Amino acid sequence: MSMWQRISLIFRSKANKALDRAEDPRETLDYSYQRQLDLLAQVRRGVADVATSRKRVELQINQLQVQSDKLQGQAEQAITVQREDLAREALTRKSGLTSQITDLKTQQAQLQGEEEKLTLAQQRLSAKVEAFRTRKETIKATYTAAEAQSKINEAMSGIGEEMGDVGMAIQRAEDKTAQMQARAGAIDELIASGALEDASSLNQGDDIARELEAMSSQSDVEAELAKLKAGHQPEAIEAADDGGDILEAEPQAQANDAAGEQK
Amino acid sequence: MIVRILGEGQYDLSDDAVDALNELDAKVESAIEAGDDAAFHSALAALLDGVRTAGVPHEAETLDSSDLILPMADATLAEVKDMLSGDGLIPG
Repeated sequence: MSMWQRISLIFRSKANKALDRAEDPRETLDYSYQRQLDLLAQVRRGVADVATSRKRVELQINQLQVQSDKLQGQAEQAITVQREDLAREALTRKSGLTSQITDLKTQQAQLQGEEEKLTLAQQRLSAKVEAFRTRKETIKATYTAAEAQSKINEAMSGIGEEMGDVGMAIQRAEDKTAQMQARAGAIDELIASGALEDASSLNQGDDIARELEAMSSQSDVEAELAKLKAGHQPEAIEAADDGGDILEAEPQAQANDAAGEQK
Repeated sequence: MIVRILGEGQYDLSDDAVDALNELDAKVESAIEAGDDAAFHSALAALLDGVRTAGVPHEAETLDSSDLILPMADATLAEVKDMLSGDGLIPG
């Protein structure tokens, strides 16, 4: 027997088990219809759950991207102050984030795929449930209990197959989502613990930022010193050597200003 | 004939088309028996593509049961083995 025949047989025997329950076979229709509505609600919840997981992953991608951009900025900053070692360190950390971002993007695509599949499953099941509802009312109105059995069997096996298929799709989506949530949880913890934050964000105490900051404050100090030197020493020297220049320049500048104001 | 691809829905296929696809089905089955994962995935993909190409989507608002049921496109070898053993994935 071929693979598909075997799978079909197994499916059918499962669907038919649901038929053996009620005394009046017409009651089976109502019982099954209720289960169909429950399953439809379950699919809707499934779609929402997968969407929530997808959004969470997207948020994490954005967070990691921000941190990665900061590291890139730090690397550039380090190069401008000729600290290749710091730039190298920043880029190394960035590449760690990049692989995590790539991994998360794969997950995002998978979740998106599951979401689309479940949405289509929901549409298919909705169409079948509506068809079943119509069929059920017709059977109840038209046939006695004795006559109804074969019609009911037909309707039940058709809908049972769809329910089995959709039930399996939900199960698989839930399994995949659960796996990804465990990994997403680990990344959330990493972000919350500051392990990633520290490695990248400026002004939050990581070593690259500290060194760059130290260097920039050091160069600020040098610049201020230079300014002070430029302000005081030359004046003292110029005043001693040829102080007349400054005094001569001043009235000329004032004269220019005055000319500007008159126009 | 009505063929269902799990997770995708039902297709209408002519008997001739089904006969032609049996060869691809046999490849899937031998890959399963051999436990050859790569061969299984490519054979299953070829079989499902064949169904999609040769078939037309079966009308949605019907309650017709399928003559044949095929695994979903991303099924693993282990999942299909479970299906064939009659327990596992298929909700009872």
